[in-house]
Amino acid sequence: MIVPTLLAKTAEPSHVGDSFVVEREHLEQLLQALVSRGYEVVGPTLRDGAIVYDHLTSTADLPSGWTDEQSGGTYRLKRRQDQALFGYAVGPHSWKKFLCPPLQRLWQAARNGKGLRILPEEERAAPKYAFFGVRACELNAIAIQDKVFLEGQFVDPGYKARREDLSVVAVNCGRAGGTCFCASMNAGPKAASGFDLALTELLQDGRHYFLVELGSTRGAEILSRVPHQPANEADKQHAERILDHTTRHMGRQLETLGIKELLYRNYEHPRWDNVTQRCLTCANCTIVCPTCFCTTVEDVTDLTGEHAERWRRWDSCFTVDFSYIHGGSVRASPRSRYRQWMTHKLATWIDQFGVSGCVGCGRCITWCPVGIDITVEAGAIRASDSIKAPADQSEDSP
Amino acid sequence: MVPMLEQTEVVTAGLVPDPMLPLPYRIQRVKQETADTFTLEILPEDSSQRFSFAPGQFNMLYVFGVGEVPISISSDPGNVPLLKHTTRVVGTVTKAMRQLKRGEVMGIRGPFGSHWPVEEATGRDVVIVAGGIGLAPLRPALYRLMAERDKFRRIVLLYGTRTPEDMLYRHELERWRGKFDLEIQVTVDRAASNWRGNVGVVTTMIGRAPFDPSNTLAMLCGPEIMMRFTVMELLKRGVAAERVYLSAERNMKCGIGFCGHCQYGPTFVCKDGPVFALPSIAAILGKSEI
Ligand SMILES: Cc1cc2nc3c(=O)[nH]c(=O)nc-3n(C[C@H](O)[C@H](O)[C@H](O)COP(=O)(O)OP(=O)(O)OC[C@H]3O[C@@H](n4cnc5c(N)ncnc54)[C@H](O)[C@@H]3O)c2cc1C
Ligand code: SF4
Ligand code: SF4
Ligand code: FES
Repeated sequence: MIVPTLLAKTAEPSHVGDSFVVEREHLEQLLQALVSRGYEVVGPTLRDGAIVYDHLTSTADLPSGWTDEQSGGTYRLKRRQDQALFGYAVGPHSWKKFLCPPLQRLWQAARNGKGLRILPEEERAAPKYAFFGVRACELNAIAIQDKVFLEGQFVDPGYKARREDLSVVAVNCGRAGGTCFCASMNAGPKAASGFDLALTELLQDGRHYFLVELGSTRGAEILSRVPHQPANEADKQHAERILDHTTRHMGRQLETLGIKELLYRNYEHPRWDNVTQRCLTCANCTIVCPTCFCTTVEDVTDLTGEHAERWRRWDSCFTVDFSYIHGGSVRASPRSRYRQWMTHKLATWIDQFGVSGCVGCGRCITWCPVGIDITVEAGAIRASDSIKAPADQSEDSP
Repeated sequence: MVPMLEQTEVVTAGLVPDPMLPLPYRIQRVKQETADTFTLEILPEDSSQRFSFAPGQFNMLYVFGVGEVPISISSDPGNVPLLKHTTRVVGTVTKAMRQLKRGEVMGIRGPFGSHWPVEEATGRDVVIVAGGIGLAPLRPALYRLMAERDKFRRIVLLYGTRTPEDMLYRHELERWRGKFDLEIQVTVDRAASNWRGNVGVVTTMIGRAPFDPSNTLAMLCGPEIMMRFTVMELLKRGVAAERVYLSAERNMKCGIGFCGHCQYGPTFVCKDGPVFALPSIAAILGKSEI
């Protein structure tokens, strides 16, 4: 029997990287510690036959005892033999819906006579989020969106406010999903950084507990409110074995060696025509992708015409309008739009931000209505590198 | 409800300046340039507002309640904060912009993007190739070249428009031609019989234009196809690829690298461009639907 101890102020100071053990029944206290610190806790929960990210009031909201079966174009929930809280892979939602909301008012404007007054949004009204149950691939996806909104010449103040307030409880994956390939992308399954606490769920001989790694001093403060004890070697090895197993059982694989150059020299590969036969250009892949950041803006006015607003909403490079310039769209053909998407994810992103735009979460494969698989498409191009399309239409003739 | 104010003002909240917030600028003058093109001259409402820009950069222009579009700054960079934007009416926002009157206020964000390498042209011949509205983003470069005319060798402007009536900045160009040593060659797609100038595409003028290819810097702005053939002609004459610059155009919703719309291969036209050195985009120039 384990007797949980509250880490007293006088105890050994804990350091980032230290591991502790928290029993299942005390996880509630961890969640409540976040609530009591003013966080709006969001995390995985069951809704409409899928595991989505939404408001959590207690650990009872977690999908206890559920798992999922995922493959190209299919997602199905299944009962597990145990009561694991995190025994599934990622679902259709990603955390970008909180950090970069699908629909967001940017500002309002008022006109009076010839004057114009622009009123910015009050960003501090945004909730202070704690993300509960963030996977390694998703931590990488957040770091990638940080590069877009925080690390360039310009900073998005709304994103910055939400991001700075964010607390993250990560979860190391105990099981790879059918479409997962984070190991190929060097983005998982173990959370490496960017969290306050990282949990590995352990179920053994009737005991249900968590190995908890400290990622920050904020994480240490939160943990101090929860009964816990230092992890021993056996606990750590148990967690390592689980992660090893996850790494070795990825549902998908993607060879990334020289992938940027591979795609750059294959703008005219016949595979783009092949995939166009199947692609519906429905934009699902970009909406579920945790790194896709594209948006558009909409301007609205009220009936008096004296009040205007500007809204930003998620957009997708799969729409025809996306690349519209006077006279027509630059990427009018579906072929060029699929090529833009995949080339951006796996190649141009590297030139733009120094990292791949794909973290191997598998969402685009699972949620593609016709099951188009980025790993298969990239693999097909690699397998027939530099084959030219029969009628090369790439160059307009002089 | 938003409080009504006759005064124009900006309320700034938070600590980070929001790059998506337009600043109010008041229209000083609307000038009709050609049948479908007009120039707005604007000044910031807040007179303490500082604004400096480099030739080739653009602003996002907001028309109240209608929308926002990228338009190059076409005025003299040495004469700020007065800004001029020359716009061709093509669709919703540009049509609404044309309706604006002197004294009305619009929103401005900017300046954004890369600029023409005017300094790099020092001691060289300069060839400027413009098609249609493409002369607008090149005019600030011409102001700079004219202001320090002695620093440069030959300056040649090759300008193609649809008809003689579509020529922009005609009087200014003629004044410059008379006052400074500026070679101007104009070609049109079609003209009435009293037109004594060139007819045909601008690219055909490159072979005969007076410049020394071994010491020339070229700046190009116009339709993509025109720029592509111009590049071919310039390289054929022996101009070094790294001294050829061109301004690209893509759909833009933010101007600051957030919206993704302006992607052109590995680049974002809004922040890596709009002005590119040829080698940085040579691999994708001319590929269709990139
Ligand atoms: C860097 C840059 C500088 C520019 N400088 C000038 C200039 O100095 N003078 C000028 O007349 N035009 C310029 N343009 C083109 C100008 O932005 C478009 O003509 C304008 O956006 C058309 O908007 P609209 O609402 O009137 O047309 P619509 O056809 O109604 O536009 C629909 C949508 O497509 C977008 N769009 C349409 N055409 C273009 C285009 N050519 N480029 C980018 N987005 C487009 C619009 O922003 C809008 O979102 C520039 C474009 C860029 C990218
Ligand atoms: S491209 Fe697909 S697998 Fe890669 S991060 Fe996006 S949704 Fe996940
Ligand atoms: S893949 Fe498409 S939607 Fe996603 S970030 Fe790139 S351009 Fe935007
Ligand atoms: S215009 Fe939005 S990213 Fe370039």
